[in-house]
Amino acid sequence: MAYDLKLRVWRGDATGGDLGDYTVEVSEGEVVLDALHRVQATQAGDLAIRWNCKAGKCGSCSAEINGKPRLLCMTRLSDFDPTDTITVTPVRAFPVIRDLVTDVSFNYQKARELPSFAPPPRDADGKRRMAQVDVERGQEFRKCIECFLCQNVCHVVRDHEDNKEAFAGPRFFLRYAELDMHPLDTHDRRELAQGAAGLGMCNITKCCTEVCPEGIKITDNAIIPMKERVVDRKFDPLVWLGSKIGLRAKDDEGRTEV
Amino acid sequence: MTQGVQGPTRARIEPRTLREDRWWLAPLATFTVFSAFVVYATVRAFMGSDYYVEPYLSPFYSPCLGDCVEGSSDFGQPFGWFPLSAALIILIFPLGFRMTCYYYRKSYYRAFWLSPPACGVAEPHGTYTGESRFPLIFQNAHRYFWYAAVVVGLILTFDTVISFREADGGHVGLGSLLMVVNIVLIWLYTLSCHSCRHAVGGRLRHFSKHPVRYRLWTWVSRLNVNHGRYAWYSLFSVALVDLYVFLLASGTISETRFL
Repeated sequence: MAYDLKLRVWRGDATGGDLGDYTVEVSEGEVVLDALHRVQATQAGDLAIRWNCKAGKCGSCSAEINGKPRLLCMTRLSDFDPTDTITVTPVRAFPVIRDLVTDVSFNYQKARELPSFAPPPRDADGKRRMAQVDVERGQEFRKCIECFLCQNVCHVVRDHEDNKEAFAGPRFFLRYAELDMHPLDTHDRRELAQGAAGLGMCNITKCCTEVCPEGIKITDNAIIPMKERVVDRKFDPLVWLGSKIGLRAKDDEGRTEV
Repeated sequence: MTQGVQGPTRARIEPRTLREDRWWLAPLATFTVFSAFVVYATVRAFMGSDYYVEPYLSPFYSPCLGDCVEGSSDFGQPFGWFPLSAALIILIFPLGFRMTCYYYRKSYYRAFWLSPPACGVAEPHGTYTGESRFPLIFQNAHRYFWYAAVVVGLILTFDTVISFREADGGHVGLGSLLMVVNIVLIWLYTLSCHSCRHAVGGRLRHFSKHPVRYRLWTWVSRLNVNHGRYAWYSLFSVALVDLYVFLLASGTISETRFL
């Protein structure tokens, strides 16, 4: 059943902008991105939106809908009352380029600062081997579509621009955790996670987990385990004493600190 | 605020949030309940009386190591000289465990420090360093409080068992049943802790080489999903047991016996 949806969409650029009102005909079963595309096709041909797959897998159409960071293509209109006005703004943690499009290069810069996977030499038959149970551990982290909604909602950088230099953000703590749990990675990343990536600035208020469209338990399964690993490396006197008297964890053998 | 969501490069949107749901309800409820608990626990901890009535000892006073009333010190009175309430000697351990708990941290950073009050709602602070500096860097001591919490859990288990004991045999009273419920919730909360999850197996890089620890990790992981729930339930249960002991000891009510 078609009905007229009232939309408020932020229009503007770095010099300023405002919320514009649009009324557009939509159908049951459509998503917010469909409504915006109809606005673009019928009323505002210059409306800038970044989108790609329309299936919640490319991570392009991140925005804020009624103040909540969400994917435009995964937010169904049926979740709202037909009489509701839906407000769509660009993500508020990154510099705006135009309308709903922001400059997310902060995230690519942080990705470059993270040392990549460093496997050991291959086995004699030219292969590398991992047990299935170890493979499965990291699968949750690999569901990340890099929509950067977690980076956007994280108050450490959202509310404090000056922290961006020292803080990598939840998406990259996920990567740190994945690599640090990887049985074949030869890097020890705990010092780096706490130092250069600013893991200590996270106060685990779990907004990253709340907004993740892939349902990854970022805080419980990546950030907190990584914080505990950092405690092993930097803050636990018993672990330090154990390492001094020769009780090194064999599990960590073959790793070098980066 | 001159930076953050009102910063010069960000989309110019005046309100600190455009959320229309009742985002303030959860932090307000947390603030109210935690504050009520802190007030109640503080009053009871400083009271120094009405914490023991045979065979029940309030969990706020267990183990009673100070100058405690007769029959309440199952582990002696090494701090018999301590001039204040005996609860103050031991409460640092359960209190420290909860204060440094990853779930409680989330709750009180949101509800008390508004950092942030809710997701997508701008916080009121001008600067932020998180847990990277003094004093919050001491949150990293959580595992040590967990070690202590295991000992406290064992002692409270002992208290629960002897609560069924009576001079001329055994009995089952409402107090014993409340203590059983409390100790089950205390153990669920203690064993679902993130530091416990790390210690039993989370710290490993090769699950495949440690099958027993991997199995333990999967069990703790299953509990860990509900860690926040157990934190709330056990907060209520420990206060309820203390209240029951207080009401009995002060003569306000008499014991309800089942057997």
